[in-house]
Amino acid sequence: MDGILALALENLISPIILFFALGLAAAFARSDLSVPEAVAKGMSLYLLFAIGFKGGASVAAHGVDATLLFSLLAGVILSFLLPFIAFALLRVLTGLSVVDAAAVAAHYGSISIVTFVAASSVLTSAGLVFEGYMVAVAAAMEAPAILSALWLVARAGGPNGHGGGMEPGLLREILLNGSIVLLVGSFAIGAITGQEGLARIESFIVSPFQGVLCLFLLDMGLVAGRGLRETRGLLRPGLFVFGVLMPLTGAALGLVAGMILGLSTGGVMLMMTLSASASYIAVPAAMRVALPEANPAIYLTLALGITFPFNLTLGIPIYLAVAQAVTGG
Amino acid sequence: MQTHKAKRVEITIEAVMERRLSEALEGAGVKGFTILPVLGGSGRSGRWSREGQISRASGMIAVVCIVHPNRLDPLLDAAFAVVDRHIGVVSVTDCDVVRADRF
Repeated sequence: MDGILALALENLISPIILFFALGLAAAFARSDLSVPEAVAKGMSLYLLFAIGFKGGASVAAHGVDATLLFSLLAGVILSFLLPFIAFALLRVLTGLSVVDAAAVAAHYGSISIVTFVAASSVLTSAGLVFEGYMVAVAAAMEAPAILSALWLVARAGGPNGHGGGMEPGLLREILLNGSIVLLVGSFAIGAITGQEGLARIESFIVSPFQGVLCLFLLDMGLVAGRGLRETRGLLRPGLFVFGVLMPLTGAALGLVAGMILGLSTGGVMLMMTLSASASYIAVPAAMRVALPEANPAIYLTLALGITFPFNLTLGIPIYLAVAQAVTGG
Repeated sequence: MQTHKAKRVEITIEAVMERRLSEALEGAGVKGFTILPVLGGSGRSGRWSREGQISRASGMIAVVCIVHPNRLDPLLDAAFAVVDRHIGVVSVTDCDVVRADRF
């Protein structure tokens, strides 16, 4: 317990968390501080490019084995499975309609790449290595949850008699989402060019990484804070409990998967983090197309306003401490 | 200068629906339209702003098209097939154009 508290305290006073807190505080205080849209988009591209490339280079250095394929498979299964657990929890804890509950559930089966980046940054700071292909696992976990959510709605008769099936072209849009293309593409280029390729661009993607992440999290804090301020009336106790309970439930399943796969301490922690995080980029866009009847304020507030800050401040240290305790790392 | 009667249709819709709406308009024979970014606003889902958004999920766009009155119904049918279930506003106003052959 002391170990978890020490890790949590250390995490809370790290620059990335403090910049996130600054963004939250500025939003709550109604400051006019803002990060221009194009800058935020540029930083997001940089982070995806850097994390993908470094993951690919790591795979090139350590080689490909069966664990990579099984990890990808485990990620896909988790992403399919988690929405059903989330849906059941939401129906018990909240009075959300089937459509709203399914839309929220889709977000919790998918992943938050920024949470993943923050977790890998904590691992690096702690001197722990992790399997580079976890980046590919993250990409693989983006989309399956959307299919589970649409199935949940279709099973209930569809939203207002609209059937609830997947519109032609939507799956293609999800799989070719810019974030996924850049992440997977950078991963592939990193794997092809290996350590030699990494050495050539190291000064661009390694040293500035933490600084860019800080600035990006400042923006995330602003966005999360403004979202919370504008939708505070939506946050009933049941939703708040779900926003904290679901990541812990997902992390527990991620822990089991990581242990079965025999991942390193860092790998187990990242599998827990991926399972615990909730999407706020790919899935919201897919839900607006597939389930427009669902209230976006509910799923965006939960994913970005509750679960993301929870994972960033308390979740990541908890997942790291548990992974270390279980793996002995 | 002589002007000609036309209809100006403005559709404010979620940014994620941009491609679908554009394709529907082209399918309905609309010769041209303009897509504008929307800075922010407020609606049944609360306030939102383009500034600082991390995805297009909650962003909006405005599509403006000017058509000959005879083309209005096919345009509205095509547009409604896309926007019916979504957040948005469709408005039609009378306007005058100088070069009628372009609409």
